Amino acid sequence: MPKQIIIPFGPQHPVLPEPIHLDLVLEDEKVVEAIPSIGYIHRGLEKLVEKRDYNQYIYIAERICGICSFIHGLSYAQAVEGLMDIEVPERAVYLRTIGSEYSRLHSHLLWLGCFADSMGFESLFMNTWRIREHILNRMEESLGGRVIQGTCKVGGVRRDIDGETLDKMISELAGVEKDIKEVTATFLKDSSIRHRTKKVGILTKKEAFDMGAAGPTMRGSGVEKDTRMIGYAAYGKIDFAPITASGGDCYARCEVRVKELHQSIDIIRQCIKKIPEGPIEVKVKANPTGEYISRVEQPRGEAIHYVRGNGTKNLERFRVRTPTFANIPPLVKMLGGCDLADVPVIVLSIDPCISCTER
Amino acid sequence: MAFFKLAKTITKSLFGKPATLMYPVKPGKQYKITKGHVVNDIEKCIFCASCQRVCPTQAICVNKNDRSWEIDRLRCCTCNACVEICPVKCLTMDTKYTAPMTTRTKDMMKSSKPVPAKPAAKAGETKEENTDD
Repeated sequence: MPKQIIIPFGPQHPVLPEPIHLDLVLEDEKVVEAIPSIGYIHRGLEKLVEKRDYNQYIYIAERICGICSFIHGLSYAQAVEGLMDIEVPERAVYLRTIGSEYSRLHSHLLWLGCFADSMGFESLFMNTWRIREHILNRMEESLGGRVIQGTCKVGGVRRDIDGETLDKMISELAGVEKDIKEVTATFLKDSSIRHRTKKVGILTKKEAFDMGAAGPTMRGSGVEKDTRMIGYAAYGKIDFAPITASGGDCYARCEVRVKELHQSIDIIRQCIKKIPEGPIEVKVKANPTGEYISRVEQPRGEAIHYVRGNGTKNLERFRVRTPTFANIPPLVKMLGGCDLADVPVIVLSIDPCISCTER
Repeated sequence: MAFFKLAKTITKSLFGKPATLMYPVKPGKQYKITKGHVVNDIEKCIFCASCQRVCPTQAICVNKNDRSWEIDRLRCCTCNACVEICPVKCLTMDTKYTAPMTTRTKDMMKSSKPVPAKPAAKAGETKEENTDD
């Protein structure tokens, strides 16, 4: 039997956008076991809910994650609105959906760039991020920020998007879609990328289901589940279906995300077509009581926000279950038996967001 | 086919405009709602401390007695909450970012109007400043 050695991977590693530590038990070049540990970026944001009132906390909820910030804000707002039985105006609901899909576009483009970088394809990384810049500019112009928007509030949205900007979005998305097609063709057809991603880090359909994987990691294994199908925000009125791939490997997860880019553009177009005129917020009075769970689909998978109010302006408890937390057990499974050189690609393929996970 | 695609990308990169800006030599892109920094028109301010109460990062400190308004730019997350709540609209959001700083300082503004001898008896101004947390 070959001698086993343990190699520490992370928390500081060129390929990792955020700090996660893995102890890789190796036999020659093969990984026998991976032992993850987190806890490098805990900020105590859940506890802070006791110190800020429920309207102020939305700014903090948005800062749980630097990538899916808009959707965290939306989910928290939805949870508090559920507690207080607030009906959000129709226009606000559509604006929230547009914001969510823009957020998904920028997150997936960021991920594709990081994924290309993880296998050393730097020019593809730069080209992907060049497209992302158009999305970020449009987000700043319409939602108020490149990464942290501060658009959602309890009872609606903070600012409206005028017709001119909506038209500009549509015309710009046509160009962005063309660019995305060009760049993603490399991800799906290039032989060197296929060589690095095909049959690497396989997660079968049963394993994905049993381990409770989330988002593209789960859909890449063929499980047809998307939280957007429950119809929160305006998703109930939009025509779309979950995107799946059957391979269960890194290539399948990349394929799902590439297809979701096109799906997001389609959803934004449908929203802009259907968006009604009207108010964008309702006045919120009184304090929340009771408990509520809000579920949303983030770019990385399903996120759950739990809130409990006690009739005061401060919430009693706030809890978040983020998709990366659900995806760590499948990641450990995928790493077992892989080559050491494939570890960066496999770790990146679940799109790890450790800030979210530790809050 | 791959060769033509590569040639297209290279030509685009060589003759196209750079995708990045030479910041700070060239200022960053700004839009109407870009959140740069909070500005206070101090002469209009009534020192009601609504901004201080609503601030999620506790960056603002209002002193009614000596008519001063203070903001810690490094704490401020430019969320726009103070601008929205301001009853006299003396707070505005400027689209330009503040310059980088080497030491942690606070921006303090003082009204040139004299401190009133007796506090005004209006209902809105007699409220004590909220000091929760």
